[in-house]
Amino acid sequence: MGLESIEKLDRRWLFLLMGLLVLGPLIAPIGLPLTVSVPVQGFFDTVAKVPDGSTVLMSCDYDPASRPELVPMTKTAMHQLMDKNCKVVVTVLWPGGPGIVDQTLREVMRESYPAKKYGVDWVNLGYKAGNEAVMVVMGQGIANAFPEDYTSQSTTDYTKLPIMRGVRDYSSFPLLVNISAGYPGTKEWVQQVQSRFHLPMVSGCTAVSAPEYYPYLQSGQLQGLLGGMAGAAEYEKAYGHGLKGAATKGMDAQSLAHVFVAICILLGNVVQITRRPGGAA
Amino acid sequence: MSHDFGLWIAALLTLCIFSFLYKDNPFYKFAEHLFVGVSAGYYIVLNFWTVIMTNLWDPLVKAFSNPGTFSPQQGDYRALLLIPGILGLLLFTRLFGKIGWMSRWALAVIIGVYAGLKTTGFAQSDLVAQVQASLQPLWTGSLGQSISVILFTIGLICSLLFFFFSREHKGALGVASKIGVYFLMISFGAGYGYTVMSRVSLLIGRFQFLLEDWLGFK
Repeated sequence: MGLESIEKLDRRWLFLLMGLLVLGPLIAPIGLPLTVSVPVQGFFDTVAKVPDGSTVLMSCDYDPASRPELVPMTKTAMHQLMDKNCKVVVTVLWPGGPGIVDQTLREVMRESYPAKKYGVDWVNLGYKAGNEAVMVVMGQGIANAFPEDYTSQSTTDYTKLPIMRGVRDYSSFPLLVNISAGYPGTKEWVQQVQSRFHLPMVSGCTAVSAPEYYPYLQSGQLQGLLGGMAGAAEYEKAYGHGLKGAATKGMDAQSLAHVFVAICILLGNVVQITRRPGGAA
Repeated sequence: MSHDFGLWIAALLTLCIFSFLYKDNPFYKFAEHLFVGVSAGYYIVLNFWTVIMTNLWDPLVKAFSNPGTFSPQQGDYRALLLIPGILGLLLFTRLFGKIGWMSRWALAVIIGVYAGLKTTGFAQSDLVAQVQASLQPLWTGSLGQSISVILFTIGLICSLLFFFFSREHKGALGVASKIGVYFLMISFGAGYGYTVMSRVSLLIGRFQFLLEDWLGFK
């Protein structure tokens, strides 16, 4: 197979190869090694340092399109917070998010923490339109921005949602955990909340948006960062407890796919170089 | 294999979308149009119940249903929601040619508020905080960390010089901007790598759904 045949290769063969490379390790895992990077360790350590029993704000700003990357890190973060007996107040700023976020959190609570109760140990305030405006209004009072939770219970009715009794504004939380797929997300939380209210913050985001948030990590505005599926898998490893979530299971396939893309780029460049005047072909 | 009817629909629609990788076909078209239609309907209903009803209608009903309860002295300003409500309605005047200009009032408020929010937020978090974080001592006491800081500083200055267009990129400025290009190329490469990871993750997610949820392969 010469360079000419590579040049004329039907791209559907590449799709097929990519599909097989991803499918193979999902059926028969290889178990490639995984190390926890500094930003992920920062995320884990920051959550670990939160005083036991405190109330943490968790904003899950994504929709089903980001499920493979963000749902695993949402689950692990919920595990880590629940292990510390923290109370979790969840908000969603993406219109397509409330359903998948509620399903994910209820799954974690049902399977791992059946004794913990909705409204007492955690609450899902659901979706609110307004992006940055919602973040600013939350600074004046969480209940102002979210008068009702996802199940249409009043957030000022403390008999049904006792968790909200101790929640006033951002000063009620020692930490903001943001799981973000784009706009509105980590960037907006840093701009409107972290810098203005000085609320310590960690972020888990899609891989495609991770490079944009590294400057915030370097400046200390973010205490930790999980970038995409790799970040989620490393976080699962840092958390331990034998947790092998969807992210860890997908990392073999992820690694093989990356090697394949790198080989394709190299071959493509070789073909391009040899086509130049004075090149080999 | 799953006995859940919903899972079967999701799995078959996933396969319909995958079929586009071979070539465009009616199954793909069907799934694509279904997705667009369902999404549009879902977002309209969701916004109606979570925005119009909870943010506007319910507070207004509470403010006006019991005469006398609207009391700004007691911190209840809910009736003032009439103003954003009217501004929201004005946006629809675009549908009526002659009075379409009235929608600009609502747009002016939206643009003004968001420009203000973004400007102050950007100035605090991206300008001041980032400049502050960029001013680091070159020698930190640790050789590895110092090399990292020096590289960071060289990359920062050279990348900034690449975007300085008031003088021709020759001599020292040319060398610095060339170094800046290399730093930028490395950052683009890292960005591309992350993009590939994101897209492959989507494929993995779909395969995990097909294998585990649909076929029951765990």
